[in-house]
Amino acid sequence: MATHRLTFPTSEEEIRSLRAGDEVTVDGHIIGIRDRTQIRIFDQGVEPPIDLAGALLLHTAPNVRKVGPGRYEKLCIGTTTSARMVRFTEPLGERYGVRAICGKGGLPDEAIEPMRRLGMVYFAIVGGAAALETTQIEEIEEVAWEDLMPECLWKFRVKDFGPLTVGIDSHGTSLYHDVQEAARERLEGIIARL
Amino acid sequence: MAMVETDLQGVVEDAAAHLYVWALKDIPQDLRDALAEALTRETSVPGRRVLETIVRNVAVADEEKNLVCQDTGIAVYTCRVGEGFPLHPAGIYEALKTGTARATLEHPLRSNAVHTITRENTGPNIGHRLPIVHWEFIADWDGLDVKCVPKGSGSENMSFLKMCVPADGVKGIKQFVLESIVGAGGKPCPPGIVGVGIGGSADYAMYLAKEAIARPIGTRNFDPIVARLEDELYQLLNETGIGPMGLGGDVTVLQCHIEHADTHMTLNPVAVNYQCWAARRASVHVSADGTVDFDREA
Repeated sequence: MATHRLTFPTSEEEIRSLRAGDEVTVDGHIIGIRDRTQIRIFDQGVEPPIDLAGALLLHTAPNVRKVGPGRYEKLCIGTTTSARMVRFTEPLGERYGVRAICGKGGLPDEAIEPMRRLGMVYFAIVGGAAALETTQIEEIEEVAWEDLMPECLWKFRVKDFGPLTVGIDSHGTSLYHDVQEAARERLEGIIARL
Repeated sequence: MAMVETDLQGVVEDAAAHLYVWALKDIPQDLRDALAEALTRETSVPGRRVLETIVRNVAVADEEKNLVCQDTGIAVYTCRVGEGFPLHPAGIYEALKTGTARATLEHPLRSNAVHTITRENTGPNIGHRLPIVHWEFIADWDGLDVKCVPKGSGSENMSFLKMCVPADGVKGIKQFVLESIVGAGGKPCPPGIVGVGIGGSADYAMYLAKEAIARPIGTRNFDPIVARLEDELYQLLNETGIGPMGLGGDVTVLQCHIEHADTHMTLNPVAVNYQCWAARRASVHVSADGTVDFDREA
């Protein structure tokens, strides 16, 4: 399991070099997004006003303090469960060129094939470790769709963001799938001897 | 000379406001110990990475005086009210609600409360029937204990109920708990506390499961038969290999707590309520004269 340092936005080539289980630390810019943000983009057909090409998306709804028109200061920023938003994976890659999705708890198996085909990865962050995550976010640079607060579209500048684990790579491997399969097998054995 | 009356409602309101923020920032020592111990047992590389990050995160929250987790949850309180406590539960409820709102606005905390149909925000972590309060009434006592358990949605979404039949027996109960936790995978932020409610009725079993997750970690049910089941399920759950954050490993749960109630001869309800690794809780004892005594470990 290799260790990588990536700056986002990034290229397909960089993404293809990652393998499930690898550790990744991120610098550069990441985009905060959540349920209602993606419902607006895909179900209501509103074009996102922030460029998503090559982007790393973070499943989040931050605690912030308003300090001026369109300007916010971070209070506590953490990551939410990704599985609810799996149906947006393919259009995010196909229509907007998103390269990575970071969240917690993993994406169901239906994300494996589009990620393989489009050159995308899923990064597992440690859910609930928001105090640490907040120190790795340097600044909230941009906010769109403030009416969805806190489920806006956020642009964060980050440094040493991680450690992240490649949960699903762009070669068809998902740690979540493998762990589930092994656990179901063990469970059969456990139940048999109850 | 007129007696100066204690503003008990104000006292409970202040205590609730303090409890909510305190619970979110400073996790109990028993949980810190359990997480440190989990790290000594874990052998998988991603699992160790997760647990090391969790331990580091708790230290950063202490240093920065920040929230451990960004999900301020829904505020759940469990109240033990003495029959002689001078403030009526209606007043206690009002105080808990106002205290929750004040903490949310003053800190400020993210407001998670929405109308369940329109999904519009209903206020500073309060709304219709929010916060949620569990009540217990105690004879021959004039005090009040309040425990605040902010409950995150990631773990709450992993709640499961099964109306087993009596013929399923204890085996059916065990099987359902194991299948629920394997099915939940990494979503509820493992390793956490699995709360199991057994018996009563459908609604009461789930209520008991929530009571179970609010207990200090590793405490055991007073009934030795149930306590043995807690031990057994704890062992079996950790054999599944789900691991920290569902990335595979030796530590899937920190504990399994069970609360039970006697039930109908035809019923065998089992409820599972999951509490994430950031198993936040904070308590206060309020005396009839308004003295407050905050308790980190209750």
